[in-house]
Amino acid sequence: MSTNEMRETHVKTTGHEWDGIEELDTPLPRWWLITFYATILWSLAYFLVYPSLPTPSGATQGLLGWHSRTAVTQDLDELQKIRGPVMARLATATLEEIEKTPQLLSAARALGAAAFANNCAGCHGAGAQGAKGYPNLNDDEWLWGGRLADIRRTIEHGVRWDADKETRTETMPAFGRDGLLDAGQISLIADEVRALGKLPGAKPAAAGAKLFDDNCSVCHGVDGKGNRDMGAPNLTDALWLFGSDKATIVARIANGGGGVMPAWGNRLDDTTITALTVYVHSLGGGE
Amino acid sequence: MSDMMHARPSRSLQKSLETNSILLLLAIMLLVSIGGIVEIVPLFYLHNTIEKVDGVRPYSPLELSGYNIYVREGCYTCHSQMIRPLRDEVERYGHYSLAAESMYDHPFQWGSKRNGPDLARVGGRYSNDWHRDHLRDPRAVVPTSIMPGYPFLASAPLDYAHIAEQMRMLRVVGVPYTDEAIDAAAADLSAQAAPDAPGAEALRRRYPNAVVNDVASKSGVTEEDALIAYLQHLGVSVDFKLYDDKAAVNVR
Repeated sequence: MSTNEMRETHVKTTGHEWDGIEELDTPLPRWWLITFYATILWSLAYFLVYPSLPTPSGATQGLLGWHSRTAVTQDLDELQKIRGPVMARLATATLEEIEKTPQLLSAARALGAAAFANNCAGCHGAGAQGAKGYPNLNDDEWLWGGRLADIRRTIEHGVRWDADKETRTETMPAFGRDGLLDAGQISLIADEVRALGKLPGAKPAAAGAKLFDDNCSVCHGVDGKGNRDMGAPNLTDALWLFGSDKATIVARIANGGGGVMPAWGNRLDDTTITALTVYVHSLGGGE
Repeated sequence: MSDMMHARPSRSLQKSLETNSILLLLAIMLLVSIGGIVEIVPLFYLHNTIEKVDGVRPYSPLELSGYNIYVREGCYTCHSQMIRPLRDEVERYGHYSLAAESMYDHPFQWGSKRNGPDLARVGGRYSNDWHRDHLRDPRAVVPTSIMPGYPFLASAPLDYAHIAEQMRMLRVVGVPYTDEAIDAAAADLSAQAAPDAPGAEALRRRYPNAVVNDVASKSGVTEEDALIAYLQHLGVSVDFKLYDDKAAVNVR
């Protein structure tokens, strides 16, 4: 060590001196040094145990053989184990079997409720109550059918979802935008539709009934009760997906189209889709 | 004192560094760059940095315009685009993100904060109409949302005068846009915003899986249309039914 010492305090200095000002060479506290060396040892152990140093052909693999990708796969497998054998049976049982077996039904409803909150609630609402343009799934009005197989198909392939080849494609023509009907005719049909729905203040006319018959009955039925093969809603009940006022109905007839639902078959695994199907079916309106 | 310092070479190095500012600057740069070099250089030659994955393509001009809006509005401050390989994230958002999926983002939009959900796989989760409702008034579709509304995007005409130049610039940093794609940028952009446009065929050939967006406004393509086209493309490029999870593990 340096022989330099502060004359007054006898603390060692580094020997540096600027214009008579000297630099003390106080040693670091022992506890600090020990911690410091311990962290260096820790990092060396870390280097050995986990993937770390890059080499020309790839990073070192580490003694544990740990890899973030195998780790997440193991975690997911473990999750299946936690969920237990009931969940495994969900994967193989038919939808009808699940509904008849209380144990399977409650498991499917639990898994379905979680998957619904994550994937479906954005449009259909947290309680599946729906919103303007997004159907309520608690009631017994179904655009595309409320049997288990219908619901499963809708979830798997979506509605008017172009990316899926088996999606439900039927859609309403844009009667106004594409010039199939003029504004006066659309107004007459809207009155007729409001009359079919028994809405207060509806003013049906014979001309409107005839126009409805010619243009709308192919899908919505002569009596306006709808057709699930076409996704054509029942116009005689009290449920209106987009609204029941005349302006809304006129706009629907003029612009056509309908709601769009993504296909989930490529995104969710089979068990989850099964659980979702059973969950939605059990909400109250299942057929 | 000067005699003693000559006897200790390290001290003399210290003295020359402390008394020569240029030398000190160079020494600091050398020291700091070691850390950067060790961390960055291996990424350029290790083949598993960006594993090769089928399906990833550069953004179409409309999606690229939407990316610009995403960056401009600071969406990355509240939304990440990075699903980490952790059980809970994979359960909620889908397959963990691959480096290749953001290889054409300059700059990348991984983000670091999730005031809102991760958006790495938001593409195809919702309909275009839902995105319109949600961007204009998030609480109209998600009552508990804390996201601000962006209704002005719907009335802002998209300025895409410079989109071809941006593609040319991106090519310089490695995005494989062809001359043909750059020449057709404006045409592709309009084709993706109008379902019946004649250019749709060429657009799909250049940009497979491009979601053709039905533009709601008659006055032309809006910033909202572009942003939705971008969002609908996030995370949909790779078909994970064909992707081999183990490949990148075994390659090491």
